[in-house]
Amino acid sequence: MEKVEEFTVKVYSENHIGLLNRLTIIFTRRKVNIESLTTSEYHLPGVHSFTIVINTTESMIRKITSQIQKLVDVMKTFYYRTDEIIYQEIALYKVPTSALLESNEIEQLVRRYNARILEVTPEYTAIEKTGHKEDTQELLEKLKPFKLLEFVRSGRVAITKPMKELRVHLQELEEATDYSNKY
Amino acid sequence: MKTNDKKPTRKELPAEGTEVTGSEALIFSLMKEDVGTIFGYPGGAIMPVYDALFDYRDRINHILVRHEQGAAHAAESYAKILGKPGVVMVTSGPGATNLITGLANAMIDSVPMVAFSGQVPSGLLGTDAFQETDVMGITMPVTKWNYQITKADEIPEIVAKAFYIASTGRPGPVMIDITKDAQFGKMKWHYEKCRKIRSYFPYPKVQMDKVEEAAHLINKAKKPLLIAGQGVLISNAQKELMQLVTRADIPVTTTLLGLSSFPADHPLYVGMPGMHGNMAPNIKTNECDLLIAIGMRFDDRITGRLDDYATQAKIIHFEIDHSEIGKNVPTDVAIVADARDALTKLLPLVKENDHKEWVESFRKEYDNEYRKVIRPARESRGDDIKMDEVVHMISEKTDGQAIVVTDVGQHQMVVARNYRFKQSRSFVTSGGLGTMGFGLPAAVGAKVARPDRMVIGFTGDGGFQMTIQELGTIAQHKLPVKMVLLNNSFLGMVRQWQDMFFDKRYSFTELANPEFTKIASEGYGIASKFIKKREDLESAVEEMLAHKGPYLLEVKVMKEQNVFPMVPAGASVSNMVTE
Ligand SMILES: Cc1ncc(C[n+]2csc(CCOP(=O)(O)OP(=O)(O)O)c2C)c(N)n1
Repeated sequence: MEKVEEFTVKVYSENHIGLLNRLTIIFTRRKVNIESLTTSEYHLPGVHSFTIVINTTESMIRKITSQIQKLVDVMKTFYYRTDEIIYQEIALYKVPTSALLESNEIEQLVRRYNARILEVTPEYTAIEKTGHKEDTQELLEKLKPFKLLEFVRSGRVAITKPMKELRVHLQELEEATDYSNKY
Repeated sequence: MKTNDKKPTRKELPAEGTEVTGSEALIFSLMKEDVGTIFGYPGGAIMPVYDALFDYRDRINHILVRHEQGAAHAAESYAKILGKPGVVMVTSGPGATNLITGLANAMIDSVPMVAFSGQVPSGLLGTDAFQETDVMGITMPVTKWNYQITKADEIPEIVAKAFYIASTGRPGPVMIDITKDAQFGKMKWHYEKCRKIRSYFPYPKVQMDKVEEAAHLINKAKKPLLIAGQGVLISNAQKELMQLVTRADIPVTTTLLGLSSFPADHPLYVGMPGMHGNMAPNIKTNECDLLIAIGMRFDDRITGRLDDYATQAKIIHFEIDHSEIGKNVPTDVAIVADARDALTKLLPLVKENDHKEWVESFRKEYDNEYRKVIRPARESRGDDIKMDEVVHMISEKTDGQAIVVTDVGQHQMVVARNYRFKQSRSFVTSGGLGTMGFGLPAAVGAKVARPDRMVIGFTGDGGFQMTIQELGTIAQHKLPVKMVLLNNSFLGMVRQWQDMFFDKRYSFTELANPEFTKIASEGYGIASKFIKKREDLESAVEEMLAHKGPYLLEVKVMKEQNVFPMVPAGASVSNMVTE
């Protein structure tokens, strides 16, 4: 059995309605679960980017990305192992302010985990932590005994370590394409 | 049909910049794309377009089918025969959902098709308006691309894109949904063909280093075997294929969808591989030292058990779709490009060669198959007519020159095995999806595409009844299609599997059938004949072929004939069973 690993897929595409649907169909059709998904505008004009985290085998991720690359509105797609990217997730926690005031434990946690307090009202206190899932998860476990009211973690955002820019990749793709009178 | 006798009033396209409605813009766009025929069915949400079409019906032929599925299959068949997109037009809701099978079929068989559906006015989208359905969502998995137009002025650009996407690279179906307000809306007419999309790279340039590697392997191979798939037909590489194999003396086998890409009477032709293919190409797949696959995707019906498929051979894969490379079978040299481009670059590097003994060895396998399977089926002496006799006779009487269309099942495999195609672009069948009901509407599409050629559609009694209403299309449009119904009173292919793998438990596969010739002749005024005796076969076939109009020949065939040889599902291609 091939080993299951965590992969981060980056997709650069046109910003068209329905593309997200077409992307997710490629995963669901192969019964591969999406762990997290973030979409945002890219810094090149009109380019949209998706960051998708999944746990699967390398041969499956290869098949999936080559299917994604086939989508008409997708410019380029890549997959990375965790050591090839710099990534973060953001987590927000809501605790009752009374719990914050009862002791200084929450404040100590906030400091120890490099989190920060975003807002304090008489009813609730909002805490933010940016980091990898394990870190935000650990803080979550620590905050649970303090009557945690709400918790949310974002999808992964990632930039890549390889230096080759998307622009160059696209140029190469274009140069490798034959546009001569076939149509 | 009185209304249609009225002469069309307008003929020419308006000048650029003229104000037109979205519906007119759609018709003009189709004319710009050289669309000769639309297969369609009207309804509320597409009525403005049909109204615009009415003025241009001498420029664009419209075939009124009897069910939207039929429109899709007819368009696919038209596309395959002509090598350009088939066009479909339907209304919203049920009109669009009835297309799904056809879209799925076109998707898996890489058929260029552009389908248009009407949609409720954009203001009503998402309100469960009358005949509203989420066409985008529903067709996404079965289209190469789809788009919803909500404004008239989007129409030309999107239509141009649709035709470009459907026909280039690996072809496929494109669905365009047009809201009714976009059809009524006004826009300034302009048109520009699409030649490039920034995120779409349909034709990879041929990589010469790969071509050189391939040439090297071909030049030194002692026992090469070439599999020609539909990609040869799509890229029109028949001539280059012929040059390659005659120069290097390579036996050629054609996949089900590749049939007719290479003439069956050529000395290097060795038949069809796969589950119900010929023994020689299957057995030799596991003996060759080089397997050259062109424009095919190593479907499981071809490969049988993968870890026992051509493991001894080097494999060269010519394929335009990069995602097919290594998907099922690992390759030594992959050439990701249009087949004709690649072969054109390859040819100058290929040396003359001679593999006499190797080529002869296929003959031995064929003789064996002929003795064990082919002849007994063709020259049956029992009371019952076998399917093979009928197909073989028609193949001989038409000299392999007809366009042949099939439905799905035993008869499909028997036709593929027995019809000896001598002309290219002559076979239309549902391969990847195996869609029963494909045959009759596909015969319609083929005849519309090539009125000058004989079109013969073979169907089983099961599949015939899935789209039997298209007899109405044939009658109304006076399409001289020849239909051969091989009636075994069973869902034959399923019954064969029940026989072989389910202890002969014939669970719901026997059919009580109507009198088909009565339906055709008395109902639709289509000439027909029913025969069940061998001595009537020849004259009936001759009568059908000589008849001027459409004709249904129903042949009662043996109830429980099994198609052999066979690679049972999951077995190795070298283990074909003959009974
Ligand atoms: C739409 C659809 N439903 C079911 C099947 C499964 N199926 C494959 S072959 C077959 C039997 C076809 O019977 P018939 O049309 O009589 O042709 P025969 O096999 O007897 O030549 C069936 C039911 C299918 N391929 N397509």
